Amino acid sequence: MLFKIAFRNILRNRRRSLMTGSAVAVGAMAMLVFGCYISYIFAAFETGLVQRIGHLTVFRSGYFVFGAGNPAAYGIDGYQGTMKLIGNDPVLRPLIRVLTPTQSLLGIAGNFSGGNNAAKTFLGVGVIPSDKEHMRQWNEYGAAQPYVPDTRLADDALQRGLIGGGMARILGLCQALKLTDCPTPPASQEAAAPAAPVDQSITDLARSELGSGEAHATGMPRLDLLAATASGAPNVVSLDVAGVAQQGVKELDDNYVLMPLGLAQQLVYGRGEHKATGIVLQLNRSEDLKAARARLNALIGDHHLDLEVRDFAELTPFYGQVIRLFDAIFLFITLIMGVIVLFAVVNTMTMNVMERTNEIGTIRAMGVRRNGIRAQFVVEGALLGAIAATVGVVLAFGVAAAINRARFTWVPPGNANAVPFLLSMPADSPPLLLGTWLGLVLVATLAALLPANRAARLPVVDALRHV
Amino acid sequence: MSEAAAPVVRLDHVVKTYRSGAIEVAAIRDISLDIPAHRFAMIIGPSGSGKTTLLNLIGCIDAPSAGRIEVCGEAVGLLSDNALADFRARNIGFIFQGFSLVPVLSAYENVEYPLLLVGMNAPERRRRTLATLEAVGLAAQGGQRPNELSGGQKQRVAIARALVKQPTIVLADEPTANLDSANGAAIIALMRQMQAEQRTTFIFSTHDPQLISHSEKTFVIRDGTLLEHRAEGAPVGTAGADATSRSDQRVGGAA
Repeated sequence: MLFKIAFRNILRNRRRSLMTGSAVAVGAMAMLVFGCYISYIFAAFETGLVQRIGHLTVFRSGYFVFGAGNPAAYGIDGYQGTMKLIGNDPVLRPLIRVLTPTQSLLGIAGNFSGGNNAAKTFLGVGVIPSDKEHMRQWNEYGAAQPYVPDTRLADDALQRGLIGGGMARILGLCQALKLTDCPTPPASQEAAAPAAPVDQSITDLARSELGSGEAHATGMPRLDLLAATASGAPNVVSLDVAGVAQQGVKELDDNYVLMPLGLAQQLVYGRGEHKATGIVLQLNRSEDLKAARARLNALIGDHHLDLEVRDFAELTPFYGQVIRLFDAIFLFITLIMGVIVLFAVVNTMTMNVMERTNEIGTIRAMGVRRNGIRAQFVVEGALLGAIAATVGVVLAFGVAAAINRARFTWVPPGNANAVPFLLSMPADSPPLLLGTWLGLVLVATLAALLPANRAARLPVVDALRHV
Repeated sequence: MSEAAAPVVRLDHVVKTYRSGAIEVAAIRDISLDIPAHRFAMIIGPSGSGKTTLLNLIGCIDAPSAGRIEVCGEAVGLLSDNALADFRARNIGFIFQGFSLVPVLSAYENVEYPLLLVGMNAPERRRRTLATLEAVGLAAQGGQRPNELSGGQKQRVAIARALVKQPTIVLADEPTANLDSANGAAIIALMRQMQAEQRTTFIFSTHDPQLISHSEKTFVIRDGTLLEHRAEGAPVGTAGADATSRSDQRVGGAA
């Protein structure tokens, strides 16, 4: 009877219920669509990062804090043994999708070919191209395409690499790489020159070691990369630039060099023992990250290795900032929607109580307890909230589907290339769906409690006298 | 009509005052009375005399400022709010001047409602509801909402709602006031018939001479004071054989 009366009263005050229900439904829809949007952002952001740097990276202890200044000093001794240890571990093995070493390095890149005389510092990463390609195929959340562009490198092309778009521009490689939207610096303006005049000793070293500036068989522009080895001696290698890998962050784009691991190791370690600055683990599923990390730490502890483990969020502080920013916006929207729903339902239920005061007196006289009156109005608020929130959920599905069908594109944070903009569907985020629905029903119920209490406290005779 | 049982309602020096700002208004002034069971009893008096207040006190929907009220042998002043609600649900039926049906419920559902409050099982509830609707002549209108019924039909539903649980007492506040004389007469006849069938005590607050003419026990009040009490057939305004105009004396009882 409680639900019957509640439902019929909602229908009886159609216009009022419609207005209040609309507020709840729009609130539910807005929260869900925005929730789906940020779910998608989070998934896209995570996917991009995991495709690029994997889930976990094992470093030599201290690398994360101090290693950026001198990566060569933080090479992992016998990294291949460590990789074997990780790869053969019965707990980790089923969780790992890609296990690959990387070598970070700092140095100076020079373009001395074709009369050029430009050089600049670079931030290099040595990778195994096939592993890199495998990593970019990671797609746990069903992205329409990889967020990381194809490196177009092969494991057997030992001197071939990519550079950032900014690096290409600064080193005057726009024409050679046939880049569009890549202006050539004005030759007459010294201040706007692409790079500082190069110390003659560097040029000489490069030329003496490699014969830089000479024509070479690949037809690709060639850079000379100079770095100090781990033992402190200068070393130079040549890199055939196969293309540009645009980076989403300008500082990185201006300094980025991607090269085969072997070349990076040759540059950093020369004829000495080849090490790696990181061992990257890409897992099959992100949800295994905690377990994998715990197991890695256990392995490191058990074998007394001087290593540390960092996850992709630690390596990319921007990730956490974006998550927190969107969480804060979502919380703000949720609070606003909650307040709107609260006031709408309080207003509606207060009017219902006023209009039905005589009815309250009548049923109290018939023997309904105060709690019965309270329950009647609370159920009415909850039911109104539930119906409207359900409508809101249906609307959210429709809006999300319409947006996905519109084929918008966008550039995810940290990316350089546009990708399809696809909202997660509400059904893909059960906690969001259930949380939004339950949250709004709860707010509607709580909002009804105030007028319901007032109704329950009405003296019977006063209620009966009410006109 | 003989009366051997204890009175169904007993008021003992009952006072009811209201506060209106700084002024205290006495609605009921030291009334003591007994109403015997199975009667058609009337509380009459001019507007503002305290009829409805007295009815509310007897119906346990208002509490006296002083004095003691016993209904069906229960000292209702000692009951908690919940216990009073349960007591009303079991023992008292109400018929209001403005019908006061729940507008979103059909006639059938309005009549069934009191049975839900006493926790009756569904088959018995259905049987009783249909029988009561049949008794008030609304078997065919069970599915209709109050706004689809005439005034007379609404009051029949209200009577059915009051009687369906077979209460000890039915309190009716001006039950014919909103009806034309033909409908009023029909409603009175119906209540008479139901009272005869169910042996329920009816207590009315009314000015309706047509209704008063059916009284078996009449209490006349003015300005909150019980002026007189008369038995069936005695003209209003003259104290009957067992009547008293003294409020400090118990009135009523067996007639």
